[in-house]
Amino acid sequence: MREIKASRITQAVTELVRQANFILRQDVLSALRGAYKFEKNQRAKTILKAILDNAAYARKKNLAICQDTGMPVVFVEAGQDVKISGDLKAAINKGIEEGYKKYFLRNSIVSDPLLRGKPKFSPCVIHTDIVRGNKIKLTVMPKGFGCENKSQLKMFKPTAATEEIKKFIVEAVKSAGPDACPPYIVGVGIGGTADYASILAKKALLIKIQAENSKLEEDLLKKINKTGIGPMGLGGRCTALAVKIQKYPTHIAGLPVSVNISCHALRSASIIL
Amino acid sequence: MKKLNSLKAGQQIFFSGTIYTARDQAHKRMVAAIKTGKRLPFELKGAIIYYCGPTRTPKGKVIGSCGPTTSLRMDEFTPLLLAQGLSGMIGKGGRSKEVRDAIKKYKGVYFVTYAGCGALLSKYVKGAKTIAYRDLGPEAIIKLEVKDFPLIVAIDANGGCIYDAD
Repeated sequence: MREIKASRITQAVTELVRQANFILRQDVLSALRGAYKFEKNQRAKTILKAILDNAAYARKKNLAICQDTGMPVVFVEAGQDVKISGDLKAAINKGIEEGYKKYFLRNSIVSDPLLRGKPKFSPCVIHTDIVRGNKIKLTVMPKGFGCENKSQLKMFKPTAATEEIKKFIVEAVKSAGPDACPPYIVGVGIGGTADYASILAKKALLIKIQAENSKLEEDLLKKINKTGIGPMGLGGRCTALAVKIQKYPTHIAGLPVSVNISCHALRSASIIL
Repeated sequence: MKKLNSLKAGQQIFFSGTIYTARDQAHKRMVAAIKTGKRLPFELKGAIIYYCGPTRTPKGKVIGSCGPTTSLRMDEFTPLLLAQGLSGMIGKGGRSKEVRDAIKKYKGVYFVTYAGCGALLSKYVKGAKTIAYRDLGPEAIIKLEVKDFPLIVAIDANGGCIYDAD
């Protein structure tokens, strides 16, 4: 058993909060640069230029890329041969809180979803996977709610045609329209159960944008970009930077499909301890 | 302020002057205040509201990251504010038919600005003072002084809308 102290987890999460919020992911930056070249429309180009300038300015000035520093989502891949000394969940939340405070990020979390109240920095949402090995991988994803609000889940019939599923995904993007900061990155989870498909959709957003696409992903991206929604919804060739799909076995009676849209400011940072 | 009425959907302007941040909970409170005859935290007549909840202000800076939030969540409150004299709104994304009609009726204007570019937009904010609803944290009302703040007219006083254009 390899031992990792809870305080080390806290420290790592605090640093990931800084990286995720101030430094735009390299793959997202490259995709945005590609989109800038791909666009013909002058306004769309101007908007993409502002998005790229924003990322550079945020990095240089230690400012949040977006004021919506999200509901922090933390993915934990814990090796089964690791022993955490201390309280793992508390350590993660402490890291989130310290990071958000230290770097002047936004307190966007209300303790009770119905009663609301004064926003706080935590808790975050934690997804844990137990894997082989004696390491622990931590990923912090500040997920803005402009785009999270556009999430959709549909339980298809097992006999549904792939065309119906494609239509559902494209319609989800169309209904987000100009509201959730396009160009989007579209995360899709297919299979499992309702809850699991939604986790897969979110995890799909962690896949490197330039990673090789399936035919289905390519096809969906083409269809989405044909909508002409464009950057900021003001028209253009680039409505999405990527469509990423994660699949999992499912039940004979069903076919869950979940769509988790990200704005162009797709933020995450990881470390392996 | 009169000039705002003559803007056309699709035009880009650089605005200098005063704007007030207000988002979900602040809208709910302001509308409740109007309905019960209470005083509002600022004079609505001629005012511009910015749908924005900035990050906390880093030391030595005027404001933190401060981009627009999704406007449509404010739609149910907006017609009443326009009826009370609100001149302009700044946000991101589309609006309901009711808001569009109210903008036309009361000769207001709805702008969008660079969405997801909160760091960049902070450059154009020269002053920031929290004036009300401090208990709402990032949803408090902040009076901002901006210079050359980039805006695109999304819905104009004649009901022209940028999202119809193409």
